[in-house]
Amino acid sequence: MQWQSFSEFIAMGGRGFYVWGSYGLAFILILAELRLLAQRRRQSLQRLHQLQQLEKD
Amino acid sequence: MNIFRFSSPQTFYPLAGKLIPVFGSLAALFCAFGLYLGFFVAPTDAVQGEVYRIIYLHVAAAWMSMFIYLVMAFWSAIGLGLGTRLSFYMTQALAPTGALFCFIALWSGALWGRPTWGAYWVWDARLTSQLLLLFLYFGFIALTRSIEDPRRADKAGAILALVGAVNVPIIHFSVKWWSTLHQGASVSMTRSSLASSMLIAMLVMAFAAWFYSIAVTLARARRIILERERHTDWAAAEIARLGRELSVTGSR
Amino acid sequence: MKTFFAVLHRDLLLAWRARSDLLVALSFFVIVASLFPFGVGAEPEQLRAIGPGVVWVAALLASLLALPRLFAQDFDNGVLEQLLLSPEPPVIWVSAKILAHWLTTGLPLVLIAPVLGLMYQLEPGASGILTLSLALGTPVLSLLGAIGAALTLGLRGAGSLLALLVLPLCVPVLVFGAGAVDAWAGGMPVTAHLSLLGGGSLAALALAPFACAAALRLACE
Repeated sequence: MQWQSFSEFIAMGGRGFYVWGSYGLAFILILAELRLLAQRRRQSLQRLHQLQQLEKD
Repeated sequence: MNIFRFSSPQTFYPLAGKLIPVFGSLAALFCAFGLYLGFFVAPTDAVQGEVYRIIYLHVAAAWMSMFIYLVMAFWSAIGLGLGTRLSFYMTQALAPTGALFCFIALWSGALWGRPTWGAYWVWDARLTSQLLLLFLYFGFIALTRSIEDPRRADKAGAILALVGAVNVPIIHFSVKWWSTLHQGASVSMTRSSLASSMLIAMLVMAFAAWFYSIAVTLARARRIILERERHTDWAAAEIARLGRELSVTGSR
Repeated sequence: MKTFFAVLHRDLLLAWRARSDLLVALSFFVIVASLFPFGVGAEPEQLRAIGPGVVWVAALLASLLALPRLFAQDFDNGVLEQLLLSPEPPVIWVSAKILAHWLTTGLPLVLIAPVLGLMYQLEPGASGILTLSLALGTPVLSLLGAIGAALTLGLRGAGSLLALLVLPLCVPVLVFGAGAVDAWAGGMPVTAHLSLLGGGSLAALALAPFACAAALRLACE
């Protein structure tokens, strides 16, 4: 363990912007992909269900 | 057991449904463990200091983005050779995640390059071929989305993925040649040799990316299967069931 | 073989009748290449340094310009479907069409390249290498482009999609093509560059017609 304090961990030896910039964006993008996936699934199911209802009538 | 049984969308769909939570939680576990190893166990790099810790993200993403393109080419070849629809669904389910990892690799590479090389972008062989790989992913996604007939989209995408996969090594080789001619060794990575704890953390993160990709691809493939197979009896029943659930929760 | 020459002859004849179209691509090539000095300045040293790259990029863009027309006309009037129904293996007439396309769009670029070499103050030797590299490399552009043209045949926005698909694949040609001239200017041997370009042409010649034929069959289904 090389971190003496939490603020030292955040600072990353003065390169915090680069380290957390990379990990932060990756994290956001992955969350966005998961959200998009769920959203697309819901939309697609709604559309397919509606189509099915229409075809039944 | 016959593995070809799972090449039918009907048997694959429930299997994928069972596998998604397994791979999803594996991905979360490996990611947490890998980040712990990378940030708390692995020592500071003697040359680069703390900023080298981007490697755990960057390398995993770069490996994954190349590997996913190979897997896409593999499924394309299977699909064109054997005519299995599921292979095409897999190819299309893989592409967005591959592009995502490709972008993450580029972004983290740029942020890593600024403190180590003094510039966000250098025309280094690896970064440049990664950029071209991202263009290949964009091309694949744009082509499959703009063809309206789904069966033509399947096969056209597969042909493109194969042509691209043949080209990827050539592109990499040519770009490497080009960058050694134009840059010399000025941008080579100066890093002390990897400590074993760094290597293990990197591998764990690579596995996390791999499990994540599997989980997300399976989820996306399940949606594509329902969309494309909606006229078969089993898929119609599944749509009716899920659609009812959705309207119940939606109205509440 | 008879089919090959029949299709080649027909395509060349059609291209000759619509020769103003060919002139458009050719003048595009010249105009793009002659715009660069306005952007970067006309110092002879600098021109000599960027010349080969600029000519190659302009050739790439110009060959892209003509690609959507490669199969579109035959697709619209049903000739493509007839050809696919014929008992001949499609690879034969696909190759003939690509050859005709190269002769009408690639070859003029090669022939006019020495003029651009003069504009960029290239020495005669460098200009010769540039022309030679274009002669060896432009077939690859036509062959790869034909795959893209077949894949995007009949789609909305086919032209820009085509560019997205084909341009990244053409990077190696650009690297070795412009690299050959740079190597010559630096006093290094150029055989490696040129043989890689030629090898690339042969490999593309062996593989691309098959991919192209498969893509055309998809488009006509």
